[in-house]
Amino acid sequence: MNMNEQNTLAVKELLYKMADDLLILGHRNSEWTGIGPMLEEDISFSSMAQDKLGQALALYQLLNNLGEADPDTVAFTRNDLQFHNSELVEYPIGEYDFSLMRHFLFDNAELLRYTMLMDSSYEPLAKLARKFRGELKYHKFHGDTFVMQLGKGTEESKSRMQSSLDFCWNLALGVFEPSPYEDTLIKEGVWQGEEALKAQWMEAIAPVIEAAGLTIPDENTWKPVYGGRGGKHTENLQPLLDEMTEVFRVDPGAEW
Amino acid sequence: MIIKSLDPRISRAELDGDASMEKELQPLEHFETYEVFHQKKRGQHHTHVGTVHAPNPEMALLFGKEQYGRRGMSVNIWVARTGDIFASDYDDSDIFTTTPEKQYREATPYKVMDKINEYKAKQGS
Repeated sequence: MNMNEQNTLAVKELLYKMADDLLILGHRNSEWTGIGPMLEEDISFSSMAQDKLGQALALYQLLNNLGEADPDTVAFTRNDLQFHNSELVEYPIGEYDFSLMRHFLFDNAELLRYTMLMDSSYEPLAKLARKFRGELKYHKFHGDTFVMQLGKGTEESKSRMQSSLDFCWNLALGVFEPSPYEDTLIKEGVWQGEEALKAQWMEAIAPVIEAAGLTIPDENTWKPVYGGRGGKHTENLQPLLDEMTEVFRVDPGAEW
Repeated sequence: MIIKSLDPRISRAELDGDASMEKELQPLEHFETYEVFHQKKRGQHHTHVGTVHAPNPEMALLFGKEQYGRRGMSVNIWVARTGDIFASDYDDSDIFTTTPEKQYREATPYKVMDKINEYKAKQGS
């Protein structure tokens, strides 16, 4: 694709929101390390959190190649208003049912997003998408398996998963907040856009939710939580950033 | 008396040190174990790499991949319920006593064929 000014802005906006989602959720999920419900799951969930940080780093590197600051500066020196993540990913980890449901809803979307991006006209991103796909397939497999397992588990596990689904739903719809550059990105073949992704996502998760014996909230109540992409966040994000950057801020110029 | 430990997970569990440590496991309290086997390359043997706790084979596969597959390459995993493994008895270990003497039965050359072929190919090129 021709990286003229408009196209570059559009690609940067896309990269920022994808990378910020991964950094923030990767950090959140890593908060379970050491306190997961069982050893095997503690390791699996932590390992996936680490995958997300690695993916975020690769995307920040692409931004760096497009003229943005280096990955550490971008990740550790912005405040909440400069982050483009969806609100879904910034909520505290809560109880395990919430963290699992968020992971299920988010990672199903991620796998489809990166599958679309494998054909991107922006070749560096297409290359990354092909590389990440295997990791994301496992993340989806993990999320789907747990939702099925707990949806069909005990009365308590089922009701917990259902209330987490109800709580997450509008936040998850907010992941697909349209970009101001949506038309450019679609026209230039960067990818098919948020609307197309949301439709595919719905098709992917609906059968899993149904097979798990859970119910998607009634369509009349759907109200996507938008704003995160433009820097509007809940009170949960800044404390996360403060904690995440604590060590970095001690000596920003340190060589590690 | 509540047990205090250096491991925060133990302290958090608020275990009663006075109560008998032997208690009966309740359903769902502890999962059974599965043995995990990894294959490094298609066509090679699956090798036993360890054990995971899981409630069913799907979850065992899920855990097996991350416990034993997150470092180093593998192309396939098997899991099998530990209880389904039929094993010989250590009291019968003497059935193997004369094995080391029977080198004529070993197929060592086959094991290095990959390397020999690689070497030949390199010489040929």
